[in-house]
Amino acid sequence: MSEDSRSRRHPVWVESLFKGLTCSAGGLILLLLAVMMAVLFYDAWPSIKQFKLGFLVSTNWNPVTHQFGAFTTIVGTLVSTALAMLLAVPLAGGVALFLTELSPVFLRPIFSTAIELLAAIPSIIYGMWGLFSLAPLLADHVQPWMTEHLGFIPLFQGPPMGIGMFTAGIVLAIMILPFMASVIRDVFLMTPQVLKESAYGLGATTWEVVWQVVFPYGRRGVVGGLFLGLGRAMGETMAVTFVIGNAHELSWSLFNPANTIASTLANEFTEASDKLYLAALVELGLVLFLITFIVLGLAEWWLKHSAPREKG
Amino acid sequence: MKSRSVRIRRFKNALALICSLVAALIGLVFLIWILIEVILRGAACINWAFFTQLPVPPGEEGGGLANAMLGTVIITVVATVLGVPLGILAGTYLSEFGRNRFGDTIRFLSNIFVSAPSIVIGVFVYAILVVPLGGFSGLAGGVSLAIIMLPVVTRTTEEMLRLVPNSVREAALALGAPYWHVVWQVVYRSARAGMLTGIILAIARVSGETAPLLFTALNSPYWPEGLMEPMANLTVTIFNYAMSPYDDWQVKAWGASLLIMVAVLAMNIIARVFVHRMGK
Repeated sequence: MSEDSRSRRHPVWVESLFKGLTCSAGGLILLLLAVMMAVLFYDAWPSIKQFKLGFLVSTNWNPVTHQFGAFTTIVGTLVSTALAMLLAVPLAGGVALFLTELSPVFLRPIFSTAIELLAAIPSIIYGMWGLFSLAPLLADHVQPWMTEHLGFIPLFQGPPMGIGMFTAGIVLAIMILPFMASVIRDVFLMTPQVLKESAYGLGATTWEVVWQVVFPYGRRGVVGGLFLGLGRAMGETMAVTFVIGNAHELSWSLFNPANTIASTLANEFTEASDKLYLAALVELGLVLFLITFIVLGLAEWWLKHSAPREKG
Repeated sequence: MKSRSVRIRRFKNALALICSLVAALIGLVFLIWILIEVILRGAACINWAFFTQLPVPPGEEGGGLANAMLGTVIITVVATVLGVPLGILAGTYLSEFGRNRFGDTIRFLSNIFVSAPSIVIGVFVYAILVVPLGGFSGLAGGVSLAIIMLPVVTRTTEEMLRLVPNSVREAALALGAPYWHVVWQVVYRSARAGMLTGIILAIARVSGETAPLLFTALNSPYWPEGLMEPMANLTVTIFNYAMSPYDDWQVKAWGASLLIMVAVLAMNIIARVFVHRMGK
């Protein structure tokens, strides 16, 4: 009898409904990704059909003659990201080392919170700062100096305009710095205190503890975190669009204007007048989506498979 | 007298620590520079008109960005209404039922989705909403932000529900409550503060997004007139004004930047206070 009254108050179908509802919300995420891929592919089809694989290696981007190639933007995306990583990774490592080993203990929570808050600042703010504060400074002081002293390297030749790949790389580096620093710090903090204390007990210096105990212990985590940062940097739009100058030209000089996939989309998407132009832009989006998907997927897979060791 | 190897080790140590200190200082200098620049340049144009008036054409004195502020709030509310309930449901599935291959797949893909390029989501929403509906709209802007929110809320909800001890669930089940009742009345209640924190952080994240709004909500110099019309919003206004050659527009872009930055940081700080309270 009690069985009976219970099932009347809480009928079984409510249970199934609840499970079904949550399950379909979860499935919606998969569906969204699948539909996104399909829609991008469908809308890019005129361009895929027209240019085939040549789209990926052609440097020709000319809306007037209906010739579209993605090579310049793909190179731009890779170079700006590489530049940003080159600058940000050592800095982030230094900041993480400072936060976990060097800074006075009572200051650590304050610094950590500050870093996390800075990671939350929208990228458009970094873009504004890059365009109006950093670019003029680079153009007036840093770039002329570099051309004078390092000008024998083709990378640092060219007009000191302040707008270009060089500035974009720096802005991107500053933008991902807080994110990377907090990821690396989290990994460093996972090292068991006992291991560190044992090393100190053997007479190791702080640097030796970090390099020979903390770093090997969290290496996989650091690599995964760097890949996450890389994936984010590649898809970043606003911080780059403001300062890169949007020029569809390949150049050895980092000082020349260039573009990335994301900045091209931001600048040209609403201006695309005909179908093929729009399709080519959507194909750019598809390429970006696939590249970041692979990078982020590798990062996730890597982190997942290294997780048990980190938990130790 | 100390041996040579000890001196070398000491020297290496000092060198590494100095490098670390310099790195931290460089990072700090740049970030403080950004904050000060935004605050100083932004504060210069903040006045009563900035919050209450419509934009004026370049060259004219005065005017404000009241329509863009209202538009940003509307678009964010639309995104929250669409994205948060779905995210909570999906997170509930992952935490309560998702210990299987389907759950693992969702978890894996939503982790990637969290960092997916937001501009591509803008392109996607352009294709599925803007083209069929025949024009840019605030609704499309809200939907694109909701798509960005969905995986964020899903992941934080799962994490927060996982923190609720299983013994609590078992105790409620032992009293005869059906599972949905346990989740609704017991698990959600225990995880309330954490879930709210996640939601606030997700709102903070999308309210500063620009890229997905460029081809969905577009922008407009007028008051928001309905969800089916192009809608003014702060972030796209910053982009348009900053790229314009007019000084007074560029000044307004700084004002809008300050506003967005303060709002995002405030939401983050509020979220942190919630976490702190929960910890006690």
